[in-house]
Amino acid sequence: MTSSDSRGTRMEGGGATLIVQATEVRKSFGTQEVLKGVSLEVTRGEVVVLIGPSGSGKTTFLRCINHFEKPNSGVVQVNGHLIGSKLDRNGRRVDASAREIAKQRAEIGFVFQHFNLFPNRTALENVMLGPVKVQKMSKDKARTLAIDQLTKVGLSNKIDTYPAQLSGGQKQRVAIARSLAMSPALMLFDEPTSALDPEVIGEVLTVIRDLANDGMTMIVVSHEIGFAREVADRVAMFDDGQIVEIGTPRQVFDNPTQARTKAFLSKVL
Amino acid sequence: MLTGALQFNTSFFWHELLRPSSGFLGGLGRTVYISVIAQVIAVIIGLAVALARRSTLRILRSVAGLYVWVLRGTPLLVQLVIVYDGLAATDIYRFRDMTLLGISILASVQAAIVTLALNESAYMSEIIRAGLAAVDVGQNEAALSIGMTPAQSMRHVVVPQAIRFVIPPLGNDFNAMMKSTSVLSVIGVPEMFLITQEISSSTFHTFEIFLDAALYYLALTTIWTFIQAWLEAKVDRSWGIVRTKRSLLSSVRERFQDPRTLGLSRRA
Ligand SMILES: Nc1ncnc2c1ncn2[C@@H]1O[C@H](COP(=O)(O)OP(=O)(O)OP(=O)(O)O)[C@@H](O)[C@H]1O
Ligand SMILES: [Mg+2]
Repeated sequence: MTSSDSRGTRMEGGGATLIVQATEVRKSFGTQEVLKGVSLEVTRGEVVVLIGPSGSGKTTFLRCINHFEKPNSGVVQVNGHLIGSKLDRNGRRVDASAREIAKQRAEIGFVFQHFNLFPNRTALENVMLGPVKVQKMSKDKARTLAIDQLTKVGLSNKIDTYPAQLSGGQKQRVAIARSLAMSPALMLFDEPTSALDPEVIGEVLTVIRDLANDGMTMIVVSHEIGFAREVADRVAMFDDGQIVEIGTPRQVFDNPTQARTKAFLSKVL
Repeated sequence: MLTGALQFNTSFFWHELLRPSSGFLGGLGRTVYISVIAQVIAVIIGLAVALARRSTLRILRSVAGLYVWVLRGTPLLVQLVIVYDGLAATDIYRFRDMTLLGISILASVQAAIVTLALNESAYMSEIIRAGLAAVDVGQNEAALSIGMTPAQSMRHVVVPQAIRFVIPPLGNDFNAMMKSTSVLSVIGVPEMFLITQEISSSTFHTFEIFLDAALYYLALTTIWTFIQAWLEAKVDRSWGIVRTKRSLLSSVRERFQDPRTLGLSRRA
């Protein structure tokens, strides 16, 4: 692995630390090129919201960041680590081992559209599993940590409940707590509210908003424009495998320069 | 004596059913422990074969595929004779009576356990493979996202969930396994069927003694049906799925409407 203590990369000239640095990421499935050279830099504490039409590559881009997908070309660095790669003795980039990739992923939280909670474990056990099995934390310590995280997302009363007995909004909050228990440097959210009933979307967005206020670095795929306007530092518009426009919510939502952004916004607003 | 063989001897039937000879009980015991040990070994080998079939190494996948193809494609009876008589006749391996932890185990019993375990492991590997495939891919991704290696994800997340899908077909196979121990008589394993045959030929009460044997087989598979139902309920509870409490009578009725209780199996 690369120097594991260096927390991110210093940006030239600026004081902000880069947590994500994706450069010219390309990804194809078969003959279909889904990402056509996507570059994005995210500094510590920044919240970037990704928007764009279905099939434009938002999910695929998120999955390249934590190496669920291996890009065909391009570089992804998170918190100073070359994702999916390491440098050999001669300084050449070679594939990282499964164990090294796992270590890199432990620093990146991923929240899924469909929660993916472990159905055979209680809320508490879902949150404890990572600290116990991955970080080798003692069960007592992990339990305290998990209770803290569940309390933070407002579920201290659901500790011993199984996923089958939780509402969608509660499930998603447990899933967020499960990611947070690993103390990630970055959180990725793939449409965290689009599988939820309208009346519980708010409780999940509140948790994400609190995280933003706590300074968590996040990339969020979301079509909740009101939420993006309020929480995002920047909004990136995806279309056809590329970021066609990026800027503050005001710039992108109120004064879009690209025809494709205007067309997309007219549909979702 | 001749007339006794032609008509049903009720007292013989009841006597052998309620107070079976020690020989018969020994046969019953062997039927049970051979089945249990073979099934346990089959689950372990089956898991290894199932994982091999999902391996990224092509050679491992091919070898595992070949294993399943051969064992499922040949009759158990033929496999038995090859393992017990064939290997010995060609001096490749000869099973010998041995004592393990103070219990003597006949050579034929060892061969029986090995063959049943290998045969069943091929079916188990398919059952486990289907069970692993039934676990949503999102579960593996969630495990990877919190920093687990693929091996940790398999062990802590995917396999425990696959168990729920594996138990019902496994139970069905074990039911079949207990009944298929009757073919072990061809290599001289003194299990329930062989003992029954011996009693039959020495007493000529063929109908009575085989009816007794049938009732004992039925008792074994019925007891297993209840154990299986208990296991399934236990796993469901560990998923937070609570079944409504039912009366014993209704649960028995439900069990008997279940095709598994009728012993529908793949082994002819
Ligand atoms: N594993 C895969 N194999 C083949 N094609 C895929 C795979 N994953 C995604 N694709 C294709 O890549 C394209 C981009 O998909 P992606 O899921 O990244 O889009 P998206 O922007 O997240 O869309 P949505 O808003 O519908 O979630 C789509 O055409 C999709 O069909
Ligand atoms: Mg998507």
